[in-house]
Amino acid sequence: MTLLKIENLTVSINTAQGPIDIIKQIDFQMETGEKLGIVGESGCGKSITALAIMSLLPERSVISGNITLNGENLLALSPAQMCKVRGNQIGMIFQEPMTALNPVKTIGNQIAESLHLHLGLRKKEVQDRVCQLMENVGLPRQRFPLGLYPHQLSGGQRQRVMIAMAIACEPDLLIADEPTTALDVTVQEQILDLILELADRSGMGLIIISHDLGVIAQTTEKILVMYTGNMFETGPTTEVFKHMAHPYTQGLFSAIPKTGISTRSDRTRLYTIPGQVPEIHIKFKGCSFADRCSRVLAECRSQVPPTVDLGNHHQAWCFNPLERT
Amino acid sequence: MKSPLLRMVNVIKDYPLPKQKLFEKAPVFRALNGINLNISRGTSFGVVGESGCGKSTLARIAMALDRPTAGEVFFENKELFSLLPKELHGLRRNFQMVFQDPYGSLNPRKKVLSIVAEPLDTLSEKLTVKERQERVEKNLEEVGLNKGDIDKFPHEFSGGQRQRIAIARSLITRPSLIVADESVSALDVSVQAQVLNLMMDLQEKYNLAYMFISHDLSVVEYVTDEVAVIYLGKIMEQGKTGDIFQHPLHPYTKTLLAAVPSIDPTQQRQRSVRSDGVDAEAPSGGCPFQPRCPDATEICREKHPLLETKGNQLVACHHV
Repeated sequence: MTLLKIENLTVSINTAQGPIDIIKQIDFQMETGEKLGIVGESGCGKSITALAIMSLLPERSVISGNITLNGENLLALSPAQMCKVRGNQIGMIFQEPMTALNPVKTIGNQIAESLHLHLGLRKKEVQDRVCQLMENVGLPRQRFPLGLYPHQLSGGQRQRVMIAMAIACEPDLLIADEPTTALDVTVQEQILDLILELADRSGMGLIIISHDLGVIAQTTEKILVMYTGNMFETGPTTEVFKHMAHPYTQGLFSAIPKTGISTRSDRTRLYTIPGQVPEIHIKFKGCSFADRCSRVLAECRSQVPPTVDLGNHHQAWCFNPLERT
Repeated sequence: MKSPLLRMVNVIKDYPLPKQKLFEKAPVFRALNGINLNISRGTSFGVVGESGCGKSTLARIAMALDRPTAGEVFFENKELFSLLPKELHGLRRNFQMVFQDPYGSLNPRKKVLSIVAEPLDTLSEKLTVKERQERVEKNLEEVGLNKGDIDKFPHEFSGGQRQRIAIARSLITRPSLIVADESVSALDVSVQAQVLNLMMDLQEKYNLAYMFISHDLSVVEYVTDEVAVIYLGKIMEQGKTGDIFQHPLHPYTKTLLAAVPSIDPTQQRQRSVRSDGVDAEAPSGGCPFQPRCPDATEICREKHPLLETKGNQLVACHHV
């Protein structure tokens, strides 16, 4: 069954210089329980896509297209109706566990907030549920009483509290925006395992946003590569990682330092994508990556790149995709 | 054998904790516990470990920003903390630092010229206005920025460009050691590659030594010649980077390496859901890693393992 369907989503922000499109005609869909990864450099529109689904965009943004969750068009909902969806049907884990929690409220109260709001449980029931949630995210009650404040916890423990808040109402969709970027590798491993375990157990869909290709490889089934608010490549994760078609995807991969070098003489220079991410207000006639691309053709600068279907739901938007090896 | 540029001998650093009782001696937190290391001219020394293990304390002591509680730090065979303040100040131009956050480490109210020239102004001989500007312009070009950028403010640059400004600033006094504390952690992978290439080029050109602190193991493996793995202020394993990454001996090093997610999606790891109840505090006398170690036995709880030579590397473990 289709859980989330995004059609022709465009987000623009009104500025003094006129509207700027920051998300351009995004189309994708997710099945129930599917795990999707969104990758790209900073400023490519990953987080804006997540905020658009949550309808948490800044006031002066204009959104067009369709976002359908379980058959219901989220963009047609009033703010009050959207409040009932947010935190209830969609949960979100934010990037910074240091700043996303309220420092003057106990962790127990923060986890309980959405339970009061959405499920209308009584005090005793809420407390039982909070304890159970804490247990589920690996914060046993004996060691972590509900009266603790965020500053008394480590980064990994705070991220666990964030996860407990996000899954409190058993959402159908969980969005994790860079959930482990601020954490150590060992803690990252624990948090990712926890998110995957909870997703598998409850059958919720998962969107993981990350710039770490290793995290995406280990957690997702489907991947979406974004650049300047455009979709560049999408497909099953194993397929895209093995047979990437878009030069941008290849550039991202090649820039990762290679492992397994033993001496300095074996070390080769790292591949870099020339130039930098273009400024947000620049409008492109053709492909926004043309100026940095190693496989650029004449038409890349003048026409919008076509959709190339590579079979097995693998698509790229490029005039000159890489040959399948 | 070349004489080392930076040598640390048995460095210990204690930070005082809040007093429990009024007339009691304040308890201390031992951030570094007997660190010995050598960094040679023109080489890169990596320091890895989880947050709170003492990586940044080590950097601060190497930069003579903090005084160790015990132990000695030699820079070019001079013990930093027995020098007169004036002598130490004169030596400072030889070691500089690049910080983690390129947004926080550059003063937003100053122009690039005065940001980059600051070490010159405080540490170097007097220069004329023209000489000073020429030095800054030359350094900016060296890190891949333009001469014309001297009149801009930091907010006009992207994260990668700001980190280049920070590198230009650290290079301006022609140091022989640069301490890079998580210098590429805040950057996107493509920008990170550019900055790493730049750091490698500058190393070749000026025979720089780097103390490279990072929690990103693939970056450390790529950049460094030698690496030390630190856990709770102690070196657990140390050796040539290739040896450590390809044949890790200490269980902690193995744990760290196994936690790095592979970019091959067909190589799925075994998932394990653990609770976050592990105490960072090790029993006194035993191995600090013992509470988390899969191979821990009785001796690990009782006796502290010494850092000993095993094959090509130094390892502190009873079971290697």
